[in-house]
Amino acid sequence: MQQNAFSSEPIVSLRDVQKSFGPLKVLDGVSFAVDRGEVLAIIGRSGSGKSTALRCIDRFEKVDGGEIVVCGHRVDRPDVNLRALRQDVGIVFQSYNLFPHLTIEQNIALAPCAVKKMATGQAKELARKVLAQVGLEEKLHAYPEQLSGGQQQRAAIARSLAMQPKVMLFDEVTSALDPELTGEVLKVIEQLAADGMTMVMVTHEMGFAKSIADRIVFMHRGKVHETGPASILTSPTTPELIQFVGTGNLKS
Amino acid sequence: MSIQLDFPAVLERWPSFLGGAVLTLELAALATVLGALLGTLAAVGRGTHSALIATACRIYVEAIRNTPLLVQIFLVYFGLASLGLKFSAFTVAVAALTINVGAYTAEIMRAGFEAIPRGQIEAAEGLALSRVQIYWHIILLPAVERVYPALTSQFVLLMLASSVCSQISAEELTAIANYIQSDTYRAFETYIIVAVLYVVLSLVMRAGFWGLGLVLFPRRRRLGTPL
Repeated sequence: MQQNAFSSEPIVSLRDVQKSFGPLKVLDGVSFAVDRGEVLAIIGRSGSGKSTALRCIDRFEKVDGGEIVVCGHRVDRPDVNLRALRQDVGIVFQSYNLFPHLTIEQNIALAPCAVKKMATGQAKELARKVLAQVGLEEKLHAYPEQLSGGQQQRAAIARSLAMQPKVMLFDEVTSALDPELTGEVLKVIEQLAADGMTMVMVTHEMGFAKSIADRIVFMHRGKVHETGPASILTSPTTPELIQFVGTGNLKS
Repeated sequence: MSIQLDFPAVLERWPSFLGGAVLTLELAALATVLGALLGTLAAVGRGTHSALIATACRIYVEAIRNTPLLVQIFLVYFGLASLGLKFSAFTVAVAALTINVGAYTAEIMRAGFEAIPRGQIEAAEGLALSRVQIYWHIILLPAVERVYPALTSQFVLLMLASSVCSQISAEELTAIANYIQSDTYRAFETYIIVAVLYVVLSLVMRAGFWGLGLVLFPRRRRLGTPL
């Protein structure tokens, strides 16, 4: 999707980002940018730093160097307004992380009420709306443990949507699901993409990345090795990506 | 050897027994509410980034858990008196019991806080909730639900331990029993009755906590499963 004419600034941009865990360098000069309405997929082996790169965008990891700008927030600076940043960014995790003691409706309505000071009735209406968006309106009053993994993940996506983020991050959101349940979650993400949501996703679903992503970032050992449209998966140029797609990772 | 029990001689004092039992229950209820509050704050304090607050909370918890309750009661009682502050025995008893049970509550609540998965907090942070909101909406109730049996046992134990407040003449159940047995010379009968009354008080408290649990944990009430 093309960026809007009136905003030339990317929604997310990373420039030469450095990050180490102790002696281990997990991000070694990572740069990429995401435009409004764009879907970016980050792929790579386990341990390539792709999840860490994603988590840096929402400042779940502090970077050691480089520059990160997200919706105008300078995320790399220590004085970044975290709560303002996180109202603009939605994040969905591999392990769903729904709040087990709250119903699905309460899970979704909590942040709009607590953070945006929305009236309870209005938040309940919103919960119904976003839940319908992910095809779960009949689960409004269920507790998370009464839902299947795929349903929990869709509810978690709805919870993020209720905050009306400008960009959504997906951190291996189907890795804990069997193939059947994976499909229903991917369908929801596909619909979001069609609606024009800006998204960054870390995924192992190569076929899905190929079909949905406007651009793909391939990471290997903390570095971005290749960036480009989905066609880079069928005609890779770096030896690392050639090896990665050649080892059976590319199945659709 | 035969034991001669004369309950009627003691039971004619039942209004006194009842008054003592009610006072014990009041003492326990007040110290439970205040101690739960104090202990929860101390547990939060131990988890803060401020080393000063964390250390202060740690010293409080360790000081209380390693000294006898009776000594703590005397320290509060004579401590306040030497400062020239006059309080009723009841007030002193509530204060001492609160300080005591607060320390144990802090340890139990800390275990509850630590049992909250990291992902829960990250999800809440990702939704832009503030630190206080996360404690209030995400951490507190699930933590309490996980440690509820330990917590309520501690509060029942506190009610039973409040019998040592008889030492500063708070007119609770054991103090009343002491008067009655010295009056009637029927010590064995008196303490049998007192023991039965403590059992009743324990059952009343346990029933109360059971009911409170139904209100606090609607998910468990509906599904019957542990968190």
